[in-house]
Amino acid sequence: MAERPILEVEGLTARYGAVTALNGVSMSVARGGICAVLGANGAGKTTLLRTLSGLKRADAGRILLDGADITRIPAERHVHHGLAHVPEGGGVIVELSVEENLRLGGLWRSGRRDRARRMAEVLELFPPLRERVSRPAATLSGGERQMLALGRALMARPRVLLLDEPSLGLAPLVTRQIMHLLLELRAAQDLTVVLVEQNARSALSITDHGFVLNQGEVVMEDSSRRLLADDRMRHAYLGF
Amino acid sequence: MVSLRNHESTGQGEQPRRASAPSAADRWRALPALVRFPLAAAAAFAAVLALTFVTGPTGDLRIGSVGYYMLAIAGLQLLIGYSGQISLGHGAFMFLGAYTMALLVLHQPALPLWLNMLITVVLSCAAGVLVGAATARLHGPYLAGATLALAVGLPSVTVRFPELLGGSNGLAFSTRGAPPALAGVITNTQWQAAAVWLTTLIGLVVLATISAGRLGRRMRALRDDESAAGLAGVPVGRTKVIAFVISAGAGGLAGACQAYLLGTATPSSFTVTLSLSLLAALVLGGLGSMWGAFFGAVALVYVEVWGEDLAHALSLDSNVANNLPIVFFGVLLILVILVWPQGLHGMLRSLAGLVRRGR
Repeated sequence: MAERPILEVEGLTARYGAVTALNGVSMSVARGGICAVLGANGAGKTTLLRTLSGLKRADAGRILLDGADITRIPAERHVHHGLAHVPEGGGVIVELSVEENLRLGGLWRSGRRDRARRMAEVLELFPPLRERVSRPAATLSGGERQMLALGRALMARPRVLLLDEPSLGLAPLVTRQIMHLLLELRAAQDLTVVLVEQNARSALSITDHGFVLNQGEVVMEDSSRRLLADDRMRHAYLGF
Repeated sequence: MVSLRNHESTGQGEQPRRASAPSAADRWRALPALVRFPLAAAAAFAAVLALTFVTGPTGDLRIGSVGYYMLAIAGLQLLIGYSGQISLGHGAFMFLGAYTMALLVLHQPALPLWLNMLITVVLSCAAGVLVGAATARLHGPYLAGATLALAVGLPSVTVRFPELLGGSNGLAFSTRGAPPALAGVITNTQWQAAAVWLTTLIGLVVLATISAGRLGRRMRALRDDESAAGLAGVPVGRTKVIAFVISAGAGGLAGACQAYLLGTATPSSFTVTLSLSLLAALVLGGLGSMWGAFFGAVALVYVEVWGEDLAHALSLDSNVANNLPIVFFGVLLILVILVWPQGLHGMLRSLAGLVRRGR
């Protein structure tokens, strides 16, 4: 525990008008870890990610990335700081080609050669994308789109990757593939992953730590193994 | 007839090669944009120049009109078709460009034409920065409303400053025609049409290069999904303003070309109808492709011509005759959108696809 956590959140509060979606959330994510944010519908999971990546303004609290305060920087600057966010559904630009989508993710990098090398690395990770590199993203299947969304985020070589429900609408087999990929990425790319999942069982099976949100507050935080074993918690918040 | 010839000849940059052999077409498409667009523009310029030798002065004027409308519509294409922002006020930038040109010719007669054009572009881009920055937080109907207000309001400044801007009669001026050395070779109207087309094609090459490059990709991304584009690192606000500025510059330059071609700048040429016509022509030509601007401009100019010809041939009452072109354009717009939502450009593409599969 000597090392400083890569992501620290202190008393984060976010409101939509009169509705408080996040109410003083504090959490810290260890470097190189992969953690799950769980909770029922409307618990504030997506708002948490949106606030972390600057899409939603924080009304109070602080977000520290590797010790640097990123609470007030605009959304598009977050990738420069090493924080990438794959929104729910992926946010793939359907009318651009696979390659153009990937380029979009790395477009702020200055070196052309660096960009090309990164693109090759990313395509190496996702063979199905490599075969469809000049096809419009609209022609991809759901799983391929999720891969493309991941690939686009990885183009920026993020240190922290926020993933919002990557398994949404995907077949169980594809979900498993994506989850495995995350594990590989964590190992190979020196990446910290924050995974928001509706599907608590599959999320806890690949993560090492979990936060449970309820009505905008962290109600429980523990290792994924213990969360899985805690029957009361499972019944109360996770519904399985 | 004129239109058909015109259309075929300007297409020369690409069409015949595509038809002859797929490998040649592929090779053409594989050329980098910086080579391909200027080459196509040079071919189009040669074709237009050749065309002016068979048309009379009236035909030259129409060809020139297609040119400047195309430039204005292409600017609008970048804004609407690529970055997804709607402007109902691009006539205001044309107004600005036309009056800048008129004032420069009247008060600084020594300046060469190209410098006048350049000054116009700079000024209308500056106006675009002001308007774009002020409206950067607006989108959809709110942006449309704000730009519409600009189109309604701006031309009335001529009445406010009648001494400088000539009131509702506008400004009339005469420009130097063809240089004396070419006096026997080409006519003044040919020279004017060629100058307008040269300006237009340079403008189009710039617009096409931008839209095919990194900036164009950013614009299409934010049109598709603003927050996803932001998350991917696209500076959303800045990209929108840049799109607005470029398209304002194109609009201003188009206005300057119009003033140069007609020798006048009058407020009645820049009514709200003009702004709406540009948008209608863009949709008719086809959103999302620079070719759409060409088809839209041809339709804008020649539907009116044909409407007038028909009204004249039928010796219709002037009340009916004046509205016939508008009716034509409206019917054409409705029909094309019903059958080919991608516009005339989409229609030609699907027809070309049919032909290719038929072989």
